[in-house]
Amino acid sequence: MRGGNTVLSQKHLLGLEKATKRDIEQILDTAESFKEIIDRDVKKVPTLRGKSVVNLFYEPSTRTRTSFELAGKYLSADTINFSSSGSSVQKGESLKDTAKTLEMMGIDAVVIRHSSSGAAEFLSRHVSAKVINAGDGTHEHPTQALLDMLTVREKKGTLSGFKVAILGDILHSRVARSNIFGFTKMGSEVYVAGPQTLMPREIEKMGAKVAKNMDEAIDGADVVMALRIQLERQKKGLFPSQREYSRLFGIDKKRLSLAKPDALLLHPGPVNRGVEISSEIMDGSQSVINEQVKSGVAIRMAVLYLLIGGARQ
Amino acid sequence: MKKILKGARVIDPNRKVDEVRDILVVDGSIAAMEKKINISGAQVIDLTGLILTPGLIDMHVHFREPGYEYKEDIETGSRSAAAGGFTTVACMPNTKPPVDNAMMVEYVKSRALKSGLVRVLPIGCVSKGLEGKEIAEMGDMVEAGAVAFSDDGRPVADSSLMRKALMYASMFDRVIIDHCEDPGLFEGGQVNEGYISTLLGLQGIPASAEETMVARNILLARETGTRVHIAHVSTKGSVELIRRAKAEGVKVTCEATPHHLTLTEEAVVGYDTNAKMNPPLRTKEDVEALLEGLKDGTIDVIASDHAPHSIDEKDVEFDKASFGIVGLETSLGLILNHIVGEGKLNLGQAIEKMTIGPARALGIDAGSLTIGKPADITVIDPDLEWTVDKNKFFSKGRNTPFHGWKLKGKAVLTMVGGKIVYADENISDDNINRAEILKASYK
Repeated sequence: MRGGNTVLSQKHLLGLEKATKRDIEQILDTAESFKEIIDRDVKKVPTLRGKSVVNLFYEPSTRTRTSFELAGKYLSADTINFSSSGSSVQKGESLKDTAKTLEMMGIDAVVIRHSSSGAAEFLSRHVSAKVINAGDGTHEHPTQALLDMLTVREKKGTLSGFKVAILGDILHSRVARSNIFGFTKMGSEVYVAGPQTLMPREIEKMGAKVAKNMDEAIDGADVVMALRIQLERQKKGLFPSQREYSRLFGIDKKRLSLAKPDALLLHPGPVNRGVEISSEIMDGSQSVINEQVKSGVAIRMAVLYLLIGGARQ
Repeated sequence: MKKILKGARVIDPNRKVDEVRDILVVDGSIAAMEKKINISGAQVIDLTGLILTPGLIDMHVHFREPGYEYKEDIETGSRSAAAGGFTTVACMPNTKPPVDNAMMVEYVKSRALKSGLVRVLPIGCVSKGLEGKEIAEMGDMVEAGAVAFSDDGRPVADSSLMRKALMYASMFDRVIIDHCEDPGLFEGGQVNEGYISTLLGLQGIPASAEETMVARNILLARETGTRVHIAHVSTKGSVELIRRAKAEGVKVTCEATPHHLTLTEEAVVGYDTNAKMNPPLRTKEDVEALLEGLKDGTIDVIASDHAPHSIDEKDVEFDKASFGIVGLETSLGLILNHIVGEGKLNLGQAIEKMTIGPARALGIDAGSLTIGKPADITVIDPDLEWTVDKNKFFSKGRNTPFHGWKLKGKAVLTMVGGKIVYADENISDDNINRAEILKASYK
């Protein structure tokens, strides 16, 4: 696996918009080979020994941060967590200044989660370290999409020729954007559906098809992905109530039965049980929500390896 | 002191003049405009091959003083204006404190006078403290020299307040300039709502945020019979609304900026904060509608909305960046290249939008070459090729999306009241006393 040909086409992983199909395949293949490490008793290989990774989290996110942290540690990188609360950020330090500080510390990779769309790209202009986007505003969340794709590929053996339905709050979902780019690049069709107030304008230009309603999107789908509802959206009047949302846009057994019998159910988590997905199907046989978490660590190991370790002989 | 400006192609759209003439300037005023003027004892400036127009007017600039001098002050703003070929600018009042009373109007005037470069006309606030609640003391401000009223930077959101303001301002024959934006529809917006906002995951600003307010202002202007000016029109819908209103005889004027005429929303791809403005850059279709509006007279004025910011306010995450770009030094070049050069307007029409157009919209006696009136004059070299270099701006602002653009055509000489306040390094006339200009610029 090691050698010059494992390097990705992009210096950073800012999103899947610019990633090539080959990049995606390479990350997925690498992740698959790393997955075995997670199952070992001693989960540590020396692959990234001597490399340093900073997890720069401006937004709270236990699962993504932990996933990246473990990924780094399993590969023997030195990982440091930096969260905005209790840091110099609270004293008013700008992202640019934080970047300069990191630059001087000789960091190899920065994993950034930020509430501002474009923050990862901004950071990449100010540091020479490799930047990995762990979710920027409502823009992209590439490793989440990659772990979704890895989960599907493992179950189905391929990623092409599928109908993928992404459902719910598309407008505010970075996961949706990355998945649209990812799945369409791999040869699947992506349908989106949800409340009209949560549907971004001209999303079809990204390659997605806008379904008339939830049922049309799910009908015959191979992959059904529900998105998390941010409850504060309700206060902004983007949908009237959780009750109505779950009735009109929630996925239950009956609705899921419109999909192919072997369709997979995904959710980026954490799930609002009974709102986006009924408990019955969340814990049902089609749900791969828990497996997504494991894929997440493997994907992040692969990304770190390919960006900061893959070029080394 | 007598000066003869010799051999330029004089274009004065107001007087429908477009021919080679000599202009005699005596004691700061235009004394004669003839085919040939030869008198002894006059300083002769040879402008052969150049274009001479009435001094350009920009009716929408932000000079940030008082309160935000780190972005720009009246002197640096004036220098920037002179370098861009502008002899008169109207200054928006959203400073800190805002220009909402006579004393503040006097302050702006006195600072402008001290810098002694271009004519800086203060615009007063529509509402006290820019709060949008009560109308400001417009009468007092008019007496002190306010040329118009605006809460620019934000809309006059309360329709009742806008109605009262229009009626009250009309007593003094002053126009209200409105930044049209429905706050509810704007709601945290960053860029035009459309594919680009979806792609970048940025909160979109729908065209309706502007158009609903344009429509409201037109209705109020029609009802009250008073005049309203729509600042920085950016959408096709707004142009259509204004066109229809004008045809009905509603007293409405409007302006478009060089950036809305030359850039589309695509410019923000890559999260370039120098392309972040309010109203946002729109679509190709909107740009075409603006050009059509300029051509058919729906859009009266080209104004820069010169909005300087410090680097720390722009070199940040996109949603945290301030809105706006500097424009005084790129305005004319962009219009000559991308509007005139591409055949969207002829040169006379473009000059009209930057001289008599704004003068009429503001209701001021300027924008034309008149015997006996102050010699406010702009000389343009239509063939001068130059590259926009933000590091060479006279403005303190470096926030421009046009850095590195190659343009053809530039103001090379700016004269205010007969005094040369700017001479480009490329103008090679020995009779131009550069030391004097430098002294005037930096006193």
